[in-house]
Amino acid sequence: MIAEIGLAALWLATALAALQMVSGAVGMARGSDNPLALYARPAAVVQATLAILAFAMLLYAFAITDLSIKLVATHSHSAKPFLYKLTGTWGNHEGSMLLWVAVLAASGGLLAGAERRLPERTMAATLGVQGFVALGFYAFLLLSSNPFERLPAPAPEGIGLNPLLQDIGLAIHPPTLYIGYVGLSVAFSLAMGALLTRQVNPAFAKVMRPWVLGAWVFLTFGITAGSYWAYYELGWGGWWFWDPVENASLMPWLAATALLHSVSVLAARDALRTWTIMLGVLAFSMSMLGTFLVRSGVLTSVHAFAVDPERGTFILVLLGLYIGGALAIFAARASSIAEGKRFTATSRESALVFNNVMLSAILAIVLLGTLYPLLTEAFGVRVSVGPPYFNPASAIFAIPMFLVMAVGPLLRWKDDAPRRIRRELIGLAAIALIIVMLAAFVGHYDVLPILGLALAAALAIGALLPLRGRNLARVPLATWGMVTAHFGVAVALFGMASESAFTSEKLAAVAPGGSEEVAGWTVTLENVAPVAGPNWTAVEARIAARRGEGEPHILAPQARSFWAPAQATSESALLTRWDGQLYAVIGDRAGIDEAGNERWQLRIWWKPFVTFIWYGGLLVAAGGVLAGIGHVRVDLRRRRATARGDARRADLAALRRADPIAEPAE
Amino acid sequence: MSRLFYLLPLAAFLFFAGLAGYMLTQDKTDAVPSQMVEQPLPDFALKPAVDGIPGVSRADFVGGAPRLLNIWASWCLPCIAEAPHLERLKEEGVEIVGIAVRDEPEAVAQFLERHGNPYSRIGADEISELMIELGASGVPETYVIDAEGNIRYQHIGDIRAETVPMLLAKLEEVR
Repeated sequence: MIAEIGLAALWLATALAALQMVSGAVGMARGSDNPLALYARPAAVVQATLAILAFAMLLYAFAITDLSIKLVATHSHSAKPFLYKLTGTWGNHEGSMLLWVAVLAASGGLLAGAERRLPERTMAATLGVQGFVALGFYAFLLLSSNPFERLPAPAPEGIGLNPLLQDIGLAIHPPTLYIGYVGLSVAFSLAMGALLTRQVNPAFAKVMRPWVLGAWVFLTFGITAGSYWAYYELGWGGWWFWDPVENASLMPWLAATALLHSVSVLAARDALRTWTIMLGVLAFSMSMLGTFLVRSGVLTSVHAFAVDPERGTFILVLLGLYIGGALAIFAARASSIAEGKRFTATSRESALVFNNVMLSAILAIVLLGTLYPLLTEAFGVRVSVGPPYFNPASAIFAIPMFLVMAVGPLLRWKDDAPRRIRRELIGLAAIALIIVMLAAFVGHYDVLPILGLALAAALAIGALLPLRGRNLARVPLATWGMVTAHFGVAVALFGMASESAFTSEKLAAVAPGGSEEVAGWTVTLENVAPVAGPNWTAVEARIAARRGEGEPHILAPQARSFWAPAQATSESALLTRWDGQLYAVIGDRAGIDEAGNERWQLRIWWKPFVTFIWYGGLLVAAGGVLAGIGHVRVDLRRRRATARGDARRADLAALRRADPIAEPAE
Repeated sequence: MSRLFYLLPLAAFLFFAGLAGYMLTQDKTDAVPSQMVEQPLPDFALKPAVDGIPGVSRADFVGGAPRLLNIWASWCLPCIAEAPHLERLKEEGVEIVGIAVRDEPEAVAQFLERHGNPYSRIGADEISELMIELGASGVPETYVIDAEGNIRYQHIGDIRAETVPMLLAKLEEVR
């Protein structure tokens, strides 16, 4: 019954999405008084309930390991830990797409139920677009990836979940990114609604901003968590691999970052209208492109867990409909939305436009590098694009971006004289220069990490400067958010630069009792012993790591063999210190030493300040949360004030009616 | 800004959609072909992988007729699937030289007992040394080696019934 309830809910939700689309279109074309136009909002709300119900049914089927459902039988196992049974719901193609549409429907419902600030026609157009987008994904789910498909006869046992996915990271990382992607779909619908009804103005921007901000916070958090997962789970010691799927999550984030800044300018200053619409389309395009690249298998990736060219075709068609359609409307309409308020070259708007261009350029670099193998393969040449392209090419645009980012918040809106902030500019430049010179003096490092360190220092100080000379208690929360996020970028940049400049690595074959030295740490292999977990066995090394003459700490990296499904993974062991992490991985047996003891491959890294990458990411996300709370508080206060004003006017009107002679003082 | 400028994103997208659509219709193989094809075999000498069958060195490929070099392992499941087809190639009079990758003598003996022995020689490649030198991307792989010891063809993956005539033709071609 569970599967049938879920499937029925999904079909009903599909029908409601169609109704929402038609009703929204009618509302836009004929006005919101048309009887058909009344259905859009309720359809969205009920649809949200049904989609969430469908997802809950699948979650329940995974929780009880209902092996009569094909998806459960192929991706779960009765002996799996309960948490991973639950997370297994979205650890596969069908389930993750169902989560996608459930979140999409939920945010559509929230938008329809709670948003009353937009003109009704714009709202109708927005809900129509949202219904259209949802309809495509329901069709995709039901026609090519039905999660509730039954087996002819229940399987005796499930196949199990990919061991790499049996990790707490999977509980958090995909849902977080999905909420981010889907938030961008609402921003997309709003942008299209505003473009279709020619309502690209500050009021629209204020409605769009919380969605963009929310999506951006979730994406930031999701990418940060995903990077840390890859860092400790894959056991390669790296935190970013420029893998197509990582890039697929980075590109929407870059677009969303630019969009977030543009929509704020639009809300505050009524400028950057075309930027906001274009980036709204671009951000959602990039999240759909990510889905396409992951699911279609046109690119080879470590993340390609569920590849199927047929599904790829389906998503490509959806991509063509939504993105092709949106870009066509944009091309036709963009010149009709006037550019908005003017500003000079030395203003905060200009700094933001400059960084929009830089973010878009980095996005283009990443997009080109990600798709380049696809292009060359069309001509029969197989290439792989990696850090030697991505790092320098994106740095060309990232370096000027960080410079402007350090200075931009100090500029005034509309027009400013650079002379006013001359002292700050000289100070920041001096800090950066001193660090570059120190590094050149101390040792031989690569250029990029050193520039990264210098920029991080300048940016960290530049980020705090907007607080200078202000009463901290009276600084608006949104400003605190900006300061925190910008400071977080500096912290992350410092971590990245430090990791690439100062990491020490040691690969050695060690017999128990043997020691190795790495960057001031003495690492002793005490023993190697077999251990067993709920659904795996492993060899575990006990390693004592001692810094200088300090206390030894035990690390226990494992080489695990899962039996359902059969796969070997490497579990790294981390020792975190405030100034970095010791990272240990155990490899294969490496022969026998002179004394006849078995030797093991050990790989040890000391990575100074590597943790700052993720602390920085979290700070950036926290900045977004602060700004969000700030905006909501301001909005609530304004709503309350408006309500009070309305009430007072109503009272006055009532008074006047009751006593026409009295003249109340205004 | 001109209208043409606003058309740029659409044009870029259409280009991408066309490319991706075309690529979706193409057969996708993840195999990485070796750069060693049409190159002489590297110098190597591997000790026997199991008692009773000689080991392998480069000299074993020089003179006589072209041979097949088969990279396999007792722990490899597709190798079980290709065993009968190797047997057929042997019946056709082809000399097959085996390279057992990361294997143990007992396991190799057990595998041969269970699935037959098509090999004239089996060398033990304990740390995938030769495999890497050949540019092999995995196990199993089969190479056509001509009588001068040059690598002439690489077959990635297991040998299936339909691969057998193709390999025989290749062997004839390089004779």
